[in-house]
Amino acid sequence: MGAFIVRRLLNYVVLVFIATSLAYLGAATAFHPKDQYLQKNPPTPAVVMYHELDERNGNPDKPVLERYVKWVDGVAHGDFGKTWQLDSVQKHFSISVWVTVRLVSVAAVLSAILGVLIGSFQAVRQYKLSDHSITFASYLIFAMPVFVLAPFLKLIAVQVNKAVGGDTPLLQYQGEIDPNATGFFGQLFSRADHLLLPTISLSLGLIAFYSRYQRGTMLDVMGSDFLRTARAKGLRKGRAILKHGVRTAVIPVMTLVTYSTITTFAGAIITERVFGWNGLGSWFTDATRHADVNSVAMITLFSAVLVLIAGMLSDVITAVLDPRVRL
Amino acid sequence: MSIPIIDSGQTPDVLGDGPAVSVQSGRARLVWRRFRRNKLAMVGLVGLVLLFVFAFTGGHLTHWSPAENDFVNTQSAPSSDHLFGTDDAGHDMFAQTVSGMQKSLIIGLLVAALSTGTAGILGTAAAYFGGWWDKAIVWFTDLFLVVPSLLMLIILSPYFQGTNWIILVPMIALFNWMITSRVVRGMTLTVREREFVRAARYMGVPSWTIIRRHILPNISSILIVDFTLNVGAAIITESFLSFLGFGIRTPDVSLGTVIDDGSNFASTDQWYLFAFPAAFLVLIILCVNFIGDGLRDALDPNSTGGSAR
Repeated sequence: MGAFIVRRLLNYVVLVFIATSLAYLGAATAFHPKDQYLQKNPPTPAVVMYHELDERNGNPDKPVLERYVKWVDGVAHGDFGKTWQLDSVQKHFSISVWVTVRLVSVAAVLSAILGVLIGSFQAVRQYKLSDHSITFASYLIFAMPVFVLAPFLKLIAVQVNKAVGGDTPLLQYQGEIDPNATGFFGQLFSRADHLLLPTISLSLGLIAFYSRYQRGTMLDVMGSDFLRTARAKGLRKGRAILKHGVRTAVIPVMTLVTYSTITTFAGAIITERVFGWNGLGSWFTDATRHADVNSVAMITLFSAVLVLIAGMLSDVITAVLDPRVRL
Repeated sequence: MSIPIIDSGQTPDVLGDGPAVSVQSGRARLVWRRFRRNKLAMVGLVGLVLLFVFAFTGGHLTHWSPAENDFVNTQSAPSSDHLFGTDDAGHDMFAQTVSGMQKSLIIGLLVAALSTGTAGILGTAAAYFGGWWDKAIVWFTDLFLVVPSLLMLIILSPYFQGTNWIILVPMIALFNWMITSRVVRGMTLTVREREFVRAARYMGVPSWTIIRRHILPNISSILIVDFTLNVGAAIITESFLSFLGFGIRTPDVSLGTVIDDGSNFASTDQWYLFAFPAAFLVLIILCVNFIGDGLRDALDPNSTGGSAR
């Protein structure tokens, strides 16, 4: 069994390496950092330009493969190169990644819990009015991509603020925290206030997704013998459903939850852009606009690794939750 | 020599409809009957047809073209001249929305056809030929699953800058076939062990003929459903890219660029500049998803009771 896991891990590592290499080579051939220097006004002196391009390992006079080998060598030694502002990529990464973590964490946990609960609730009350209306709502949410949902939430926030009035707007929709917020609770409140709309925009889709799935698995469980046995032994309905129903039905859903949770950390691009958070997603789009190969490769590597971790973790979680599975 | 075509247990006589239904058109008619009973699916179908008609004839309702600027009326409210108002550059939002819908719908259909087709071919080939073919295709599928597709599309976006917008179709399809291909492979693995496939193989029918004649019809339900849902997914992906400025660029417009344009006004009093194009996108996706789910239920061979007839 150990050999199987090692072989699988090895295969994944090879996949991640190839995926990142593809991203690097794709970016290195698609981006033209030199053109960006030439478009600058006032123009950069040629000496400075070539010096900076060399420092970024983006000199178009050197063949792509040579740059790639240099980059791989650097990465092997823990050096991911320079960003377009000639910062260290690792430094930029260590700042951005925490912004994304602060943005996504609450949404990830909240949507997993709410999704499972709402889905189970729907299954218990199948074909009732509540089930139908939640189903319809999730259809509507599925049809609303984040780039529609996020500006829409902003729209609502502005109208709410206008209706409430007051000096400071009630609902914040730009950035992480109000720089004027003072005191522990003042800052905490400001953070929560800024987090509210992005969290809704991130979690609504996930909740709809999880609850659809949980509803399906839960419906399969609802008619099962073991649930009837639990009731026959005298367990109260709510307790039987929670302990024997939801816990069984949640196992396949957890695979989905693990995957989606982990991959949201890599890509909250739209939410970050619309609500002005400088996390990994906005870094990625900025880097593409500035023809920054190193940053783009770093973020691709990070998200490929996340997918890998998600794959391994979802197996472990299934094994932990499901007594029938042994790793 | 003719090859006996044995339909795999999905013939209508299994359902006890009696011999009145001819075998030839039985399944299509059965699916249509089931589909028609599904109210949401019919709403989706009618809605999508109307949206198509609107996208391709709506342009006649206004004399403005999407690229034209009305410098006299910039950022104006909806009026009889500008049905959806104008943005800060004086673009008529109605003309832009209609033209954007056209492009988005075309891209959605083409991407869905291409990616479902690729997934069908690769998935069946992997499972049917087995051996090294299987290993290679599965490995490629895994590789493309690990590659973050949206990031990759953004990285490669400079390539299709300044070229024809149609290049977006193969690009989006390239990162969209993997999951279907896996499902198709799984289904083919079971179908290829069935007697009629084995019989055809022993009779010396060429492999691709077997795949076309015996395997594809038996997994067609997943392909049809997948095609429908992919239309929605492709429209969203294209709009996502265009929204960020990495997809379709001026002078071409798609729903993504129009929504991006309008979203700058979402937090102002001109929020309708955002609301109109966004509402049309939501309507399209909603209709496509209704149809997809309706088709899934209608094509489901395991449905029982009243819904089976």
